[in-house]
Amino acid sequence: MMGCGCLGPRSALPNHEKVKSPVDNAKVDFEAAVDHGLSEGEWNKVLSSLGRTPTWSELGVISVMWSEHCSYKSSRVHLRKFPTEAPWVLQGPGENAGVIDIGDGLAACFKMESHNHPSFIEPYQGAATGVGGIMRDIFTMGARPVANLNSLRFGRPEAPRMRFLLEGVVAGIANYGNCMGVPTVGGEVAFDEQYDGNILVNAFTLGVMPSSRIFRSGATGSGNPVMYVGSKTGRDGIHGATMASEEFGDNDDAKRPRVQVGDPFTEKKLLEACLELMKEDAVLAIQDMGAAGLTSSTCEMAAKGGSGIEIDVTKVPQRELGMTPYEILLSESQERMLMVVKPGAEARVTEIFTKWDLDAAVIGLVTNSGQVVVREGDQEVVRLPTELLVDDAPKYDRPTRRPNLEQVWHQLPQLSDLRAEGTTSAEARLLRLLARPTIASKRWVFEQYDWSVRTSTVRGPGEADAAVIRLPNVQSEPNPHTCRGLAMTVDMNARFVHLDPRRGAYLGVLEAARNLVCVGARPMALTDCLNFGNPEKPEVMWSLVEAIEGMSQACRDLDTPVVSGNVSLYNETNGRAILPTPTVGMVGLVDDVTKSPGMAFQREGDEVLLLGEPADAVLGGSELVLMEAGGLLGQPAEPNIDRARRLHTTVLEAIRSGYISSAHDAAEGGLLVAIAESVVNGRIGAKLGLPFEVSLASLFGEGASIILVSTSHGESVRTLAETHGCPVYNLGVVGGQALVVDQLCEVRVEILANVWEDGLRQAFDLSRT
Amino acid sequence: MKVAVITFPGSNCDSDAISVMRVMLGLDTKAVWHKEARLPDQVRLVIIPGGFSYGDALRSGAIARFSPIMADIKRFADAGGLVIGICNGFQILLESGLLPGAMLQNASQKFVCRMVQVEAVSNTTPFTSDYQRHEWLRIPVAHHEGRYHADEETYRQLQRDDRIAFRYGCRDNPNGSLGDVAGIVNAQRNVLGMMPHPERAVESLLGSDDGLRLFRSAVRFAKSREG
Repeated sequence: MMGCGCLGPRSALPNHEKVKSPVDNAKVDFEAAVDHGLSEGEWNKVLSSLGRTPTWSELGVISVMWSEHCSYKSSRVHLRKFPTEAPWVLQGPGENAGVIDIGDGLAACFKMESHNHPSFIEPYQGAATGVGGIMRDIFTMGARPVANLNSLRFGRPEAPRMRFLLEGVVAGIANYGNCMGVPTVGGEVAFDEQYDGNILVNAFTLGVMPSSRIFRSGATGSGNPVMYVGSKTGRDGIHGATMASEEFGDNDDAKRPRVQVGDPFTEKKLLEACLELMKEDAVLAIQDMGAAGLTSSTCEMAAKGGSGIEIDVTKVPQRELGMTPYEILLSESQERMLMVVKPGAEARVTEIFTKWDLDAAVIGLVTNSGQVVVREGDQEVVRLPTELLVDDAPKYDRPTRRPNLEQVWHQLPQLSDLRAEGTTSAEARLLRLLARPTIASKRWVFEQYDWSVRTSTVRGPGEADAAVIRLPNVQSEPNPHTCRGLAMTVDMNARFVHLDPRRGAYLGVLEAARNLVCVGARPMALTDCLNFGNPEKPEVMWSLVEAIEGMSQACRDLDTPVVSGNVSLYNETNGRAILPTPTVGMVGLVDDVTKSPGMAFQREGDEVLLLGEPADAVLGGSELVLMEAGGLLGQPAEPNIDRARRLHTTVLEAIRSGYISSAHDAAEGGLLVAIAESVVNGRIGAKLGLPFEVSLASLFGEGASIILVSTSHGESVRTLAETHGCPVYNLGVVGGQALVVDQLCEVRVEILANVWEDGLRQAFDLSRT
Repeated sequence: MKVAVITFPGSNCDSDAISVMRVMLGLDTKAVWHKEARLPDQVRLVIIPGGFSYGDALRSGAIARFSPIMADIKRFADAGGLVIGICNGFQILLESGLLPGAMLQNASQKFVCRMVQVEAVSNTTPFTSDYQRHEWLRIPVAHHEGRYHADEETYRQLQRDDRIAFRYGCRDNPNGSLGDVAGIVNAQRNVLGMMPHPERAVESLLGSDDGLRLFRSAVRFAKSREG
């Protein structure tokens, strides 16, 4: 796993004011190393490995390569626990993105990445460049990006700047993705006060490519030319990777210049130029310049290839005058790529990039020295062993401490009775839940995203539990001749992870799989973004380790390996961490997209069935408890993989058989909210009774493997459920102008719809579109 | 006959348009790079697709109008050739003077992508003859600068000459355009500009196939003139 990550401890933060105007003959000593974020141990390691004091540029290179963001030094020892293999995995963690075989000569390439820190400082550019970065990871592998999703976390509407952050992030994602012509087909947005000081922006991209033509990053072949293509290099984003490895304090305006500025138009040209070039036999290896720019791409390509690279910074296309080697090496200017090409192909590469009005320059060559060498003309400014920068980078098994979770588990309050009248009646509770920003419609968000470009979106945002696209042909063009498709979802209930990291992370993976099942997809593999606080705090580190264990177990149980991912640590402000949020992006295969159901009830007279066991739902960590008790309390549900498997098999078979009109899993808000969502999205009522023990937990509890379906083949679905040993309950029929649940609620559809559609806009006072 | 789909740097609906013409309608469809000086021979229909030509720098379409191919498209249109500009393509046609009026930012100041109700106002154009007059269609929009505007005299003339091809439903106007205008034709009726994306409405699986008849109608017209 690599790419956009995070850097060192607060105590050992680079002092950016001091490293602002570096010169190459500046004095390099322990103090300079500390300003660059190195610890004393790390500094000593540098000295003993090199047997000399590094140059200023070398110190810059080492500091970014050893940053948390690039080196994963706090998480590396634990990330190995993820299962990463399966017969369909063509590329697991370690390259720019993971790749799985999806049949018909096609492969799907996908990854998710965080851009949390920059987005909090400058939401529009931060989110935009996050989207740009993840798309670059995908087309670096040779795949054409065909779908974007995103997972966002914001604080309370009343928190400072929160509306500005929400509007900026959404506009930034929209502008970049829309301009690239890559549809944003799904995502999730949740709100919690623990994101007041650190929002999360996790961007997922999936691309499709011929399975026979995957491009990788290892630089090999001594003497082969190394080419720089794309935008010119400027002074923007220097030490962006380090910023992403810090906590925030009160005066973070000063960090704004470290946020990169995105130019989706240039990236669109870069995409087309790269894919055009990749059709020819010219590119041997390629790596995008993301975090830590030219430094990390050079070092990683050399390390992957077990080779060396020598470059001359004076050959790098520059858009500012007088840039030092240090600045050129550490710039995070966007929309750039580094590639090793076949000798003799240089002119052809230049021709294609010139056609697209982009720069292309030979800046060096591959060597077999095992060293990264940087020259400024005749003068050598960096000579470092590749191994020291990548494989031998520090890694820490940081101490962990389990907090007293029992205390919050046992604090689950006694909520007022279900049959109460007035404000705590089931109906009143349902209406209040539907207006909660986390549950309410996200239409205001996703209508700003182009979700229909590429004419492949079968199930777009808000339509179903997962997004569904039809597969393109091998040239990555829209393909009306196939029924095969891919389903994607991004998911994680961080409230559960907070209350019980292992169990919560497991439940999150399980829910992602359930979402895919709801659209008729077989879960195949996943990518993740592990968003946590400061790993030097043993309790934060403990939650990270536990979450990885929980996710790993779920991945093994579901046979969905982790093929790529990203870690974002130090999501803290003034010592307060975010909810631990190990976001999952899961991908599944759909054999027939024409049968992929949405969540909306379709037809008057369809039977409504509940598959799975509603008694498995619990109030611990639920939206209802948060709403009524004002906190995250109780223990999340205990996962039951056996029940989940039976449920998944039943629903997949029922969808394949064409029995299912709609399918929707019960998530935030529980079963009653899920029912209401199927009603409002279908703009048709339902008349239901609940043939099981009705309690607050079965109505509003969360964490159970249950799926609500509507069908005109009720008997067949019941038979299937019995065959697979999946509990099934007949709830009633679709129809009418109201949602009627026997003895619990009777609300007109338009009232439910108004409350749900307006919730987010009202909470944030957003303008109407 | 051949169809040409123009690609500018930043075009991103070109492959969708090509897919409709080539794969769904089985036509010989050429992707034409904007730096070409001439359209290929035997082209009878030109599609200027949507996207963000030149990153929408300055104004949408303001730079694309200077691309070499635009001079030949103008010549082609003056000779009666059929031209469809969709979304950014519409903006480019306005900027190049092939259609009257101008485009403003959406009233919401935000990008909007959703399925909208569109009324086929005039069916006396080569593009809309397969629609009933006042037929309601479902076609998606996806744009940030789609608020059509024209001076009073131009708008009156468009109305008088039945040149308003499409309007949004008055309660479903996604951008606040003048008179709910969604698409117009030139005086000779052979150049159509529209903000909604008919090429994204060609299969009910993807939400609607109401846009397909627009292309069928244009192709039939072009073929009939070919003799």
